[in-house]
Amino acid sequence: MTSLTTEGLSYGVDGRHLVDDVTLTAADGETVGLVGPNGSGKTTLLRCVYGTLRPSHGRVLLDGEDLHAMRPKARARRIATVPQDSAAVFELTVREVVAMGRSPHKRFWEQDTDADDTLVRLALARVGITDLADRAFPSLSGGERQRALTARALVQQPSLVVLDEPTNHLDIRYQLEILGLVRDLGTTNLLALHDLNLAAYYCDRIYVLDHGRVVASGPPKDVLTVDLLRTVYGVSAEVSAHPTTGAPTVVYLPVST
Amino acid sequence: MTCETPAARGRLRYTLLVAALAAVLVCAAVAGLVLGSVRIPAPQVLRTLTGAAEPGPYRTIVLDVRLPRVLLGAVVGAGLAVIGTVLQALVRNQLADPFLLGVSSGASVGAVGAIVLGIGAGAGIATTVTVPLAAFAGALGSLVLVYGLARGGGALTTGRLLLAGVAVSYILSALTSLLMVTSARADHLKEILHWTLGGLGSARWEMLALPTAVLAVGTAVLLTLARPLDLLLVGEEGATVLGLDTGRFRAAVFVLASLLTGVLVAFSGAIGFVGLMVPHAARTAVGAGHRRLLPVAALGGAAFLVLADLAARTVAAPQDIPVGVLTALTGGPFFLWMLRRRPYGTTAGAAA
Repeated sequence: MTSLTTEGLSYGVDGRHLVDDVTLTAADGETVGLVGPNGSGKTTLLRCVYGTLRPSHGRVLLDGEDLHAMRPKARARRIATVPQDSAAVFELTVREVVAMGRSPHKRFWEQDTDADDTLVRLALARVGITDLADRAFPSLSGGERQRALTARALVQQPSLVVLDEPTNHLDIRYQLEILGLVRDLGTTNLLALHDLNLAAYYCDRIYVLDHGRVVASGPPKDVLTVDLLRTVYGVSAEVSAHPTTGAPTVVYLPVST
Repeated sequence: MTCETPAARGRLRYTLLVAALAAVLVCAAVAGLVLGSVRIPAPQVLRTLTGAAEPGPYRTIVLDVRLPRVLLGAVVGAGLAVIGTVLQALVRNQLADPFLLGVSSGASVGAVGAIVLGIGAGAGIATTVTVPLAAFAGALGSLVLVYGLARGGGALTTGRLLLAGVAVSYILSALTSLLMVTSARADHLKEILHWTLGGLGSARWEMLALPTAVLAVGTAVLLTLARPLDLLLVGEEGATVLGLDTGRFRAAVFVLASLLTGVLVAFSGAIGFVGLMVPHAARTAVGAGHRRLLPVAALGGAAFLVLADLAARTVAAPQDIPVGVLTALTGGPFFLWMLRRRPYGTTAGAAA
């Protein structure tokens, strides 16, 4: 049972608002998408939500509790994060990286138990990288890393999952698999997505950000309109309900010169 | 013994590696007692160690000169390797080393300052308590300074880190020199020269207690911190979202690493590159997880420095080359080689 609310959230650097007065909610079990052009503030907003940036105004509430007042460990037991990409310097194995997801549930001196090992094995299988378990994490491709970090989020057993462009480096098949998997978790999910068609299909509701502000929000079919695509993204497009999925589907039209 | 699963095989391999390193350390230590400007037959050495030997010059050389030197070498080598391992995790950079980051120079300034100012002198506690304490303060100060400078613009890159380390190192070395020339007391100068070169030649029994205790406690504490140390490897943001209070933890590790460096440097002088080479080799052997890495690094560092010191006093015998000179001669090229081949990311602080 987890609901997320941001109340009038702003984050600024040198007087410039990267996130400007964003109020957003995600009800229990809901998958909420953040879309918007590059630089619209998606990542900054997510970083405020998972706690590595402290907002300059406003609050982030998890079931009514102020997230920035929580200890990092308590926060990490409830929120798992799948970052865009991960710089890795040392040769930790994939298994070691995934097992780190158990850390918030451990005292610092505690070792992993058999139960933890089982969770890690199941998570590796679930994202389809069992055979990579003993490989060095830095040697993986971008897509493999992203799946490993998704597995790490799974063993964290969170109630809210925050994903920043989870499909960035993935082949289309894995994009669909990861998004399907995240939806099936039953957790509350907040994800930034580039691909509007994926957002339309996998999200219950979406928020459109432009210059740090929410310019539209609601179910995908209400939000993804020809007008919005023109004003926010500056492109011409056709939007129709897909005959098979029923989700709104965007087809971009060439820029006329 | 079952070796059915990969995990069991891994444990067996690890146990064998630790046993092999311990064997190398013991052999190196025995060699360190046998060889030197006077060669003492191994049976004689063993008789001396078991207390069966009659008093005489051999007994004095083995027990009062070589044994404390070998033991101090083992303690300092283990300590430097442990510090190097931890500093590398802290700055997420395989090129970190207490010497290169200026921590050793800071410790030297502290130590030299304490000698010159004569704090605690005369009471005999100068070399065993005051000097290590001052060295600790110097080490902590320089580590915080280098880290602050390297991070100043945001991301902690290899370039910034090494430049900050070198700059602070130079300034602190100059400060040490300044203290030397202005102090101008002959006995001070001799004592201080010892630090600037880094050697184990003046090891005595009464020097062993403090470094050994600090090494044992420090390593034990760091082993219990293996999990958060691992978390540092995925970067500050990655560690935070996995529940680590990075600010507090880093401060604690800073203090611990400085304490170890200060105490070791106070007794051995600044011996460079052990903390660079040994952790790297250990990581190649057992991976980057600290629970397995720290014991291997400690044993490897001990064996390495005992052997290096043995070489230092035998290659040009009867000349006793400071071991710091020898480790720099081997470590410098190693550093350059690493700088060339380093395979993965060069920056720290990115999301993970």
